[in-house]
Amino acid sequence: MKTMKKVFMGAAALMMAVSMAGCGNSGSGNGSATTPDAGGSTGSEAAGAVKIGLHYELTGEVADYGKAELNGSLLAIKQANAAAGSEKYGYVKYDNKSDPTEAVTLAAQLASDGVAGVVGPATSGASAASYQILNDAKIPVLSPSATQNNVTLTDPDKIDSAPYDYVYRVCFEDSYQGAAMAQYAYDTLGKTKAVIYGDSTTDYAKGLTEAFEKQFTKLGGTIVAKENYVSKDTDFSSVLTKIKGLDFDVLYIPGYYNEAGLIIKQARDMGIDQAVVGSDGFDSVTLVELGGAENLNDVYFTTAYTTVGASAQLQAFIDAYKAEYNEEPNMFAALAYDATNVLIQAIEEAGSSEGAAVQAALAKISFNGVTGSFTFDATHTPIKPVLVVNLVDGVQTDAVAVTPKLD
Amino acid sequence: MKNLLNKKNACWLLLIAGSYGLISLLISAGVVNNVYLTVLMTIGINIILAISLNLIIGVTGQFSLGHAGFMIIGAYCAGVAVKQISASLGGILTGMLIGIAISGLVALVVAIPTLRLRGDYLAIATLGFGEIIRIVILNMKITNGAAGMILPKLVDWRIIFAAVVICTVIIINFCRSAQGRACISVREDEIAAEAMGINTTKYKIMAFVLGAMIASVAGALYAGAFYVIKPEMFTFNKSIDILVLVVFGGMGSFTGSFIAAGVIGVLNTVLQQFSDIRMILYGLMLVGIMIFRPSGLLGTKEFTFSALFNRFSRRKEVRE
Repeated sequence: MKTMKKVFMGAAALMMAVSMAGCGNSGSGNGSATTPDAGGSTGSEAAGAVKIGLHYELTGEVADYGKAELNGSLLAIKQANAAAGSEKYGYVKYDNKSDPTEAVTLAAQLASDGVAGVVGPATSGASAASYQILNDAKIPVLSPSATQNNVTLTDPDKIDSAPYDYVYRVCFEDSYQGAAMAQYAYDTLGKTKAVIYGDSTTDYAKGLTEAFEKQFTKLGGTIVAKENYVSKDTDFSSVLTKIKGLDFDVLYIPGYYNEAGLIIKQARDMGIDQAVVGSDGFDSVTLVELGGAENLNDVYFTTAYTTVGASAQLQAFIDAYKAEYNEEPNMFAALAYDATNVLIQAIEEAGSSEGAAVQAALAKISFNGVTGSFTFDATHTPIKPVLVVNLVDGVQTDAVAVTPKLD
Repeated sequence: MKNLLNKKNACWLLLIAGSYGLISLLISAGVVNNVYLTVLMTIGINIILAISLNLIIGVTGQFSLGHAGFMIIGAYCAGVAVKQISASLGGILTGMLIGIAISGLVALVVAIPTLRLRGDYLAIATLGFGEIIRIVILNMKITNGAAGMILPKLVDWRIIFAAVVICTVIIINFCRSAQGRACISVREDEIAAEAMGINTTKYKIMAFVLGAMIASVAGALYAGAFYVIKPEMFTFNKSIDILVLVVFGGMGSFTGSFIAAGVIGVLNTVLQQFSDIRMILYGLMLVGIMIFRPSGLLGTKEFTFSALFNRFSRRKEVRE
């Protein structure tokens, strides 16, 4: 009797598994276009509509970026529909759980959904995992924030390899940003002796460090010392004590706001009053919370987006975003908004949502967006100046556009 | 030789050929598109990971939390071989062999001191070691550090299918051998096994090293099929994911590992449409399974043709 029960339970479990598998086949035939939040792409409405694939990190480690970018993209699509006076643009959205493996599956899914173009993902790893599939399917991809060096190239190890035909991004590379800060520190701030104190565990910080060092020494400055910390460190006093004893005039911290905020606080408490410069990883209110507003003077960072001295166009975006989501847009939302608009503009200019036509339009597009006006260079990366923002008592007060003089 | 050619083995062979034929048929008929193919490849790689961990946890009873550490060795050996030797299938396979050798060696070095530990201690020791491997790779130049490696796709489903078959045959045959039975005796009662004259440390090391080598095969296949490998993808969370597959399917049941990898792979895809609540549903399902089937879907049961034949012949006898 007992074994019968076990057999029955086993069979029940197996049936559950089989029926789940069945669901998979019937369910994904019509994709997630049938979910209620998939906008105007459901059913017959999809007939005339251009479907845009939104592929973001909506859960997992970097869900913050993905969610902000999804909001930015949705706003762009909504405004495009309002301008067209019809539901011209629909979308399908997918969550890759901040996992590159998932991104591969979703790239295949997007290719089979027949989208006109894809916006996302937010991170370089997940983006790189999706490029080859979407490029083979001739679907244009716009990456809002895949900043890793050479990630748009078919062979990222070779700087002279061809870019993927259908892959574009609207952010500048890590190295470009690092070089811009070096240029600004040397030219504008007049600093010549730098200490670099960077995160050794992220590719982002490593790329910035290399680029800053290269540009700064090329201009004639010297790197006095290079120190490393590890993400999630909280006590930096031993290294800062060492740095305090050095003869330098600027401290470069390539990294994110969590550590940078604490480093600045501990450095200022210790009496290190030299200028502190950083990257767009500084761009968060958390930096002010951790660092303390009184310590955030003579602090500069590079970014793609700031609300300081906003143009009318940028202000309109900020107002629309606030009205829609009741919160301030951040850099990721702005980049995704631009990325989506680049795609929409390319579709409009091509007069078709067919991949090759959109790609041709992208190649010669001249775009005027909230993170700057730009065209794409040979590596499908935008040519636009980097903004350097100055913090006074923790408040962004001044933004200067800097273009690094490379080679 | 004569023993190999019997009804059971013919059935297994038929099953393998049949499933290969079925998958190719479904692909050529267009039923299995690229999306399902990617899901199938994920499932295949997860099967290899699950059965290799099952050998350590389920069969030998040693609780290891460092499996992602061996997977990352395989993945990076394949990645480095593709970059340094040749970007072809041959490069991946060369890398795979190097990976098998390195992870076998590393497993041996780790196993000799740690497998003298028992239970929780071993879990913590292997967990720490898995992180060490990851950090080493994170700081190496040839592995491109934290940025990871971007690789061309060189492995298709046929290779993963073949790898699943080969790895399964190796592991099952190990378990049915004298060494395998010794491993089972270690799981059942280590003291009793020792009293019977079994060198428990030796068999524990044997199972651990074999499991590690096969996990590195899965890592190499992953590197060849999924474009990007980064150290942050192989944290101990990955070890936990593999552990979930093993516990879900039943510790000690390889059939269970197959089913668990399949069910979780399919479920993940189905729930994609409900991205907001996906992790909640997944968690609920795990809790449900653990409440209603505490020993996993299949416990320690295996599906075998010989059991099937026995059942049929027993029925016949009863009827007669």
